[in-house]
Formats: sequence, C-alpha cells, structure tokens
Amino acid sequence: MEAPLVEVKNLKKYFPKNKGLFGGKKFFVKAVDDVSFTIKKGETLGLVGESGCGKSTTGRMLMRLLDPTEGQILFEGNEISSLNDNQIRDIRKEFQMVFQDPYASLNPRMKVSDIIAEPLIVHGYPKEKREERVQHLLEVVGLNAYHADRFPHEFSGGQRQRIGIARALAVNPKLIVADEPVSALDVSIQSQILNLLKDLQEEFNLTYLFIAHDLSVVEHISDRVGVMYLGKIVELADKDNLYKEPLHPYTKALLSAVPVPNPRLKRERIILTGDIPSPSNPPSGCTFHTRCPFAMEECKKVVPQLKEISDRHFVSCHLY
Amino acid sequence: MAEKILEIKNLQTHFTSDSGVVKAVDGVTITVNKGETVGVVGESGCGKSVTSLSVMRLLKDTPGKIVGGTIEFEGKNLEAISEKEMRLIRGNEIAMIFQEPMTSLNPVYKIGRQIAEAVQLHLKYDKRQAREHAINMLKLVGIPRAEEIVDEFPYQLSGGMRQRVMIAMAMACKPKLLIADEPTTALDVTIQAQILDLMRKLSKEGDTAIMLITHDLGVVAEMCDRVVVMYAGKVVEEADVFTIFENPKHPYTEGLLYSVPKLGQKVDRLDSIPGNVPTPSNMPEGCKFAPRCPKVMDICRQQDPDLLLIDKEHTCRCWLYQNSEVLEV
Ligand SMILES: Nc1ncnc2c1ncn2[C@@H]1O[C@H](COP(=O)(O)OP(=O)(O)OP(=O)(O)O)[C@@H](O)[C@H]1O
Ligand SMILES: Nc1ncnc2c1ncn2[C@@H]1O[C@H](COP(=O)(O)OP(=O)(O)OP(=O)(O)O)[C@@H](O)[C@H]1O
Ligand SMILES: [Mg+2]
Ligand SMILES: [Mg+2]
Repeated sequence: MEAPLVEVKNLKKYFPKNKGLFGGKKFFVKAVDDVSFTIKKGETLGLVGESGCGKSTTGRMLMRLLDPTEGQILFEGNEISSLNDNQIRDIRKEFQMVFQDPYASLNPRMKVSDIIAEPLIVHGYPKEKREERVQHLLEVVGLNAYHADRFPHEFSGGQRQRIGIARALAVNPKLIVADEPVSALDVSIQSQILNLLKDLQEEFNLTYLFIAHDLSVVEHISDRVGVMYLGKIVELADKDNLYKEPLHPYTKALLSAVPVPNPRLKRERIILTGDIPSPSNPPSGCTFHTRCPFAMEECKKVVPQLKEISDRHFVSCHLY
Repeated sequence: MAEKILEIKNLQTHFTSDSGVVKAVDGVTITVNKGETVGVVGESGCGKSVTSLSVMRLLKDTPGKIVGGTIEFEGKNLEAISEKEMRLIRGNEIAMIFQEPMTSLNPVYKIGRQIAEAVQLHLKYDKRQAREHAINMLKLVGIPRAEEIVDEFPYQLSGGMRQRVMIAMAMACKPKLLIADEPTTALDVTIQAQILDLMRKLSKEGDTAIMLITHDLGVVAEMCDRVVVMYAGKVVEEADVFTIFENPKHPYTEGLLYSVPKLGQKVDRLDSIPGNVPTPSNMPEGCKFAPRCPKVMDICRQQDPDLLLIDKEHTCRCWLYQNSEVLEV
C-alpha cells in the first residue's frame, strides 16, 4: 500500500496561559489534544466541528506555522514536526494554506499582483514568466487584470478570499490546507470555486485538508470527514457513511442543525443544552458528556477511545 | 400599516480613484420595517457591505462617497445630521455586526474593554457594571470561559469566537436596528443555530429590526420575512421569503437558488451561474446581468431595465417583465 501523503500522530497543541495578573498558577488551553489522522495523496479530508475546537490550530501545525506541543507530522514519510526553519523552507513550497480570515492574511500595502507573485519569487519561479502566471491564476479564481493593480482593501470579502486561493495555488503545492475557503462567498461563486478545487485536484493530483463548517460543502468536496470536538477527533469516516449513518451524538446534532433553504420547512433540531465547556478546563471523561443527550455514568469518568466500529468508520463514544 | 424604521432610496455610493469610478452601489432601495427581518443576498462584490457602511456613515476613511439617494432612519435623514448626533445613533440605536471581525476589533485592546466601552457610552453603566454586562453578553453568545476571555486579546481567539465577540458587542446596547453582515459565516451550525435564535429573540422581544446580509440561503429561509436580491450594485428583485424561494422571477435569483449545495445531493459538479461578475471598468451596457443570463434578449444588451412592481409587494428589474402590467416603484 502506498504511504499516505500526510500522517499526523498524537498531535497536541497546548497554549500556555497565566492565571491572574501576577503570574499565579500556570495553566493551558488544550486547543488540540491528541489528534491522529492520515491523508492519502489525491484525497480530500474534510474537518468540521464546533467553533474553537482546534481546526485552524491543527491546520497551522500541519503548515508548520505553529510548533506542536507534542506529536508527529509526517509528510511523504518524513518527519517534519522537528525540522528547523531552514529545513522547513525547502519543503514549504509543497504545502500552502488558504486562511480563514482573508483580511488579516493579506498584506494591506501590497498590490494583489504582488501578493500572488510573492510565493513565486520566494520559490524562484522564472521572472519572465511570472506576470503571465499571475494573470493566469487571477483568471482561474474568477478575477482578472483589472484587479491585479489594486490593494486588498478595495475588494469585497469574497473577492479577498479568492486572492488567498490564487496565492495558495501559485507554486503548485502538493497539499493545500484550506481553512474556510468558501465561507465568505456567495453560493454561485462558491460552486465555481468548489468545482475549480475539484478540477485542480484531478489535474494535479492535489491533496486537501478542507476545514469548513458548512456540512453540505464538506459533503460535496470530501472523500473522508473528521468531526472535532474540544481538541479531539470524535468521529472519522468515509463521507457517505458519516452522512448516512452518523454515530457520535455530536455529529448527529451538527447534521440536524444545518439550515435548509426552504422557508416552509420547520426542522426537528437536536438542541444542545448545557454549558459549552472550556478547552482550558475540559470536562472529565468524555468531553462531550456535559451536553450529550445520551450521557451515562461511565461517560463522566472514562475517556472514550477512537475505535473502528465498522469499515473505516471510527468513533469515540461509549455507546458503541 | 407597518412602521418604517430604515428607508434606503435609490442609494448610490461610488469610489473614485486615479483609475476611475467604481459604482459599488448604484441604485439600492431597501425598506426595513419595525421588528422585521430583511435578508440581503447577492453576488460577492455586489455592494452589500458598502450599502451597510453607507447607512452607518463609515465611509470616511475610504474614497467612497454617497453621490445619490437618501437614507432615512426613523424618518431622520442620516446624511444631514452632525457627526456628533450620528455617534449617538451608531452602536446604540443602529448596531452593526461586521463581516470581518478583525477589521473592527482593535487588536491592542482586550476583549472586555472593547465591549464595555460601547456599553459605558450608550447605556451609562459604570466600569464594573459594564464589565459584568460584557461577560454576560459573551456567555449569551455561547463563549466558554467568558470570565477569562474578557481579559484576552483578539489574536488569542478562534475565528468564530471573534465573530461572536462582535455579535455580543452589537447586541449589548439593544439596538432598534441591527445590521448583520454575514454574522454567522465563521460559526459551526450548532452555534449558528444558537446565534440565530438569539437574534430572533432580540427581534421578537426588543422589537429590533434586522437587516441580515448573508449568502447562506438556508439562513435566509429560516430567518427572514422579506428578501432583497442584489447584483452589480443594484437591487434586482425583492419579495417576501416564500415568493423568493418558490416563485423567483429574476434569472439571477433563479440561478442563485440552483447553485445552493444541499445535504445528501450526490453530484459531481455543482450548478453555478456561468461567467463572472462584470468588473467596474468593464460594465456592460444595459442590464448588468445580460452577459451571463440564459434568457437574454436584444434589448437587455442596450438598455438597463427599471426596478418595477410586478406583483403585490414583489419588485423585479428585468426586461422579461417590463411589459407586463406594471407600476413604477
Ligand atoms: N495564539 C493563541 N494563543 C492562545 N490561545 C489560542 C491561540 N490560537 C488559538 N487559541 C485557542 O485555541 C482554541 C482553538 O482555536 P482554533 O482557532 O484552532 O479553533 P477553530 O476550530 O479553528 O475555530 P473556528 O471554527 O472558530 O475558526 C481556542 O480556544 C482559541 O482560543
Ligand atoms: N475602499 C474601496 N475602494 C475601492 N473600491 C471598493 C472599496 N470598498 C469596496 N469597493 C468595491 O465595491 C464593490 C462592492 O463591495 P462590497 O464590499 O459592498 O461587496 P459585498 O456585496 O459585501 O461582497 P461580499 O459578499 O464579497 O462581501 C466591490 O467591487 C469592491 O471592489
Ligand atoms: Mg478556525
Ligand atoms: Mg461584504
């Protein structure tokens, strides 16, 4: 069997926090707490989950923009989590990120053409072909020469997002971590970009880690989907299985909360009650037990393990 | 008869630079009644955010200028009042949730201070009350460890948490009108459901009117009474929510509804409207949607259609309906 393009093992990121103004006891925000997964070449792994559950942090560690507290990241079989900055630079080209907040991730003083050309320059793309490449990339994401000479603030939210996508595609990376790449776009452009991402994947055998909260978008683009809750993956399965037969109560609640574009339809929602727990002081046992409609005594005490329940369908829940 | 709270009439907001004029908003008419939720949808870049910034009079730092039309809030012409008067309205009577939280959160101030400042100014709370109110608001929008978050900086929060801070800030002063620009795009669906619920409560109990800008047509279907559809700086259709979903008239609205990805839909490629939005430097003559319209006729390429009343409380800007029995708006 072919080795996966990316393999993440027991990845953790704890952000240190000082309680109180005067030092006091040190504690941690457990943003990512023991996450493992693999992504095959040419595959799309979708990642969904509650806001603040650690999706972006996971993506940023994969990109090596953040150092993991613990755990390993293998890229094409090579450990990259311990490489230093110099060593990283050589493989940077292979993975690119589309950032969640397009405004914060584009340099306001750079023209769009320069923003997109930047990775080309960094990675030594021939100068005489640069302009043409930028032109092409703009067209690929549905912008054009008119936009090249403008600054990020002159664009709408969705247009800025497309600049970010063009920049990520510039150097033909092998892996793209796309953090909410289409959430700022209207549905028609969203469809265009999703179709585009699929075309590019086919053409260049690209691999995606696709982070989004829109479950229908994730269903469309992904081969497999992982569901995160409070720093952990609670369910991971082939997309068809996950959507047809969600097992984890949190996944079920998520799927039931998707708004449907039909004003006459009143949906039966699984409303989650209970306080949203904090990643600096996660609940004992299963971290979802405080909000789970099926919580049992065991759930408060024992941490469930991610188990394979049926073919390639993993879930961490005491019900199974 | 419903009481109008916001009335935008034929608004035109243009950006002028060396390279020419960008007619970002070029004919937008939107009325929001008391306690009502009006959805605004449309192609990315069609002028939704610029419309709301115009209402809030927040174009000062941009080359943008209102060059035509009027904006009335409770019968008051917002263009005519002083900046001092406007400051009392902004954040208090009209609150706004911005599309990109980082643009409106100050990166060097702690979260608590940013919420408390607004509250102190408008609700006349003292410092301690304001801080408590800030913590309560954060809890209300589902932020865990609110007591800690008030003392953190924006960069320490996840994207969705920043957005909820914005929402907490906007709702903190119980506004009469809430302009929400993509308020839930960075949120997962369970928190989204919770926030939408909160907005619904605000509108029911506080009689707050809401102008909800979103591209999520599921959210529109759930939240809105009426829907305004925009394309290239203009309103192209407006009707009640049922009519928009069940009997849309403008070909752009139809295309938009086709493009919505649905759960359980097994297709290799999603539908989308072919082509791209025209760039400001390259605006077509006539109807701006004509180059992408599947029903385009000769006249569409020559003359811009007017926004006309085609049915009871249903307006549309399209040559297909210009010859039906119509009333000028
Ligand atoms: N630089 C940082 N310093 C301290 N805490 C951080 C930092 N970055 C993230 N966190 C914390 O880590 C947790 C996870 O954040 P992350 O951005 O990964 O969430 P997310 O799943 O991407 O959420 P969203 O869907 O809202 O974008 C949050 O509790 C956040 O407050
Ligand atoms: N400061 C500015 N200078 C020049 N042009 C601008 C400026 N701000 C916005 N524009 C232009 O005005 C148009 C409308 O932008 P606006 O932000 O209102 O779009 P939008 O409908 O909110 O789109 P989105 O759904 O992507 O947020 C865009 O074409 C944009 O390029
Ligand atoms: Mg994130
Ligand atoms: Mg906008």
